[in-house]
Amino acid sequence: MKMKKFTKTHEWVEVEGKNATIGITAHAAEELGDVTFVELPEEGKEVKKGEALCAVESVKSASDVYSPVSGKVIEVNTELDASPEIINEDAEGKGWIVKLELSDESELDDLLTEEEYKNSL
Amino acid sequence: MKRFPYIPHTEEDIKEMMNVIGIDDIKELYKDVPKLFEGELNISESKSEIEVKRELLELSNRNANLEDYAMFRGAGIYKHYVPSAVYQLATKRNFLTAYTPYQAEVSQGTLQALYEFQTAICELTGMEVANSSMYDGGTAVAEAILMASRVNKKHKSLVAKSIHPEYIEVSRTYTESQGLEIELINYDEKTGRIDLEDLKDKIDENTSSVVISYPNFFGVIENIKRIKEVLPEKVLLIVNAYPIALGLLEAPGKLGADIVVGEGQSLGNYMSFGGPTFGFFASKQKYIRQMPGRIIGETVDADGKRGFVMVLQTREQHIRRAKATSNICSNHALMAVIASVYLSIIGREGLKEIAYQNYQKAHYLAEKLIETEKFDPVFEGEFFNEFVIKPKFDLDKFNEKLLEEKFIGPLNLGRFFDDMKNYGLFCTTELNTKEEIDYLISKVGEIDEINL
Repeated sequence: MKMKKFTKTHEWVEVEGKNATIGITAHAAEELGDVTFVELPEEGKEVKKGEALCAVESVKSASDVYSPVSGKVIEVNTELDASPEIINEDAEGKGWIVKLELSDESELDDLLTEEEYKNSL
Repeated sequence: MKRFPYIPHTEEDIKEMMNVIGIDDIKELYKDVPKLFEGELNISESKSEIEVKRELLELSNRNANLEDYAMFRGAGIYKHYVPSAVYQLATKRNFLTAYTPYQAEVSQGTLQALYEFQTAICELTGMEVANSSMYDGGTAVAEAILMASRVNKKHKSLVAKSIHPEYIEVSRTYTESQGLEIELINYDEKTGRIDLEDLKDKIDENTSSVVISYPNFFGVIENIKRIKEVLPEKVLLIVNAYPIALGLLEAPGKLGADIVVGEGQSLGNYMSFGGPTFGFFASKQKYIRQMPGRIIGETVDADGKRGFVMVLQTREQHIRRAKATSNICSNHALMAVIASVYLSIIGREGLKEIAYQNYQKAHYLAEKLIETEKFDPVFEGEFFNEFVIKPKFDLDKFNEKLLEEKFIGPLNLGRFFDDMKNYGLFCTTELNTKEEIDYLISKVGEIDEINL
């Protein structure tokens, strides 16, 4: 069963079993403007919840993407290397950034539901 | 009379401010300063403008003016001719007073000048993209090493021992805290070029980049093509080029370089007490997203008119200082503008002519010096406008004698290399006249009479 959650810092995470796909929200992508570069993490990197996972650069700013959950990076979206604009086109779909292997599923409980996130904007 | 008439606060203002923060005396703000520093500063009373001018003029006259000296030393910074029009144009107020444009698009003139600069650097280096300058040649090399590591995610850079020794120091400083390793590659003692066998031996699966200079610190022209051939596909070749030499030599980009950097001082900038200078930085298009600094791009505005914008600027210090990949300063951008004006005035043919003169004069000098039989040749490799020879006498003493006659002699390489004590690195540029070259040679001829 798939489950999608959000953070106050504008990341989304979609969980299926042990695997979590992470990206930035459509709202964040719109606020950033044209994304020019995504500094992707290396596969195998261990991250803790709330730690900077990578950075997204747009024409006017550069922002850290914080990991919504703890885990190990098992896949990165290398298409973003050549075409970072995918994030502007489809932030919550083809614009996913990394896949993590979850280390603590209970962390998901603290995250926002889609409705809670939308209300927080 | 107020002591500092340009400070806008009145006594009342100051009293009110002190009231708000609850102090009675302004000195209370400085109570943490150690007692040692209390009291009056040891500076003289104010002077009239006329007095200040006289005093400063007297001080500045104590400096040696390079215009009065014949220069036979390069080693990274060079005395080249600067056409008068360069400074007339490049130091127009609009360029001179502009700070790093934070709201960049408002400064269309500055952006256009930098765009032209990038174009010139691309043409000169034979590369596809260039950024709008770096701090200096040394930091450009260091940034290139970091960039290569971002491109191929490998962590060792093989740096030729024959690049500028100070660039090696700068690169070590930049990379040591980032988990990068720098290993030096020997030069071939016969040719002065990079030792290809040593290079091959030291390449391993961690090798990210190889750094060479073109020409190298000994003035010898490296064989870029040959070096590229021995590199595995993923290893990036970084070439630190002397831009004036590129008027004569094939562009590194056409010979297989992946990143071309260099010190830009020679392009219309004076030698000025070590700075400011600027670095240039160019690479292949496919690496543009890993390039440090900022790049100026051309676009159209809402009305379809041509305009310039700053792109990829977010990795520069003014947006995320702690994570910046580069540190560009306003004055260094001005130096790049100067280079842009210089290159547009000199033109393609002019640069070729300047490079040709540099080459010819150095070769004439080298030949004549060897003929005196007071020097041994050192390297066989072809050189541009600098060369190493070994005098059979004390070089430092000879340089002292020359200086008395307003000649700046060669660099003693012993300063940088333990095994090259008393080796001289000579340089000539288009500014050396035949008369002064011949005079230098005659001085060598007199050496037996000069009591060294």
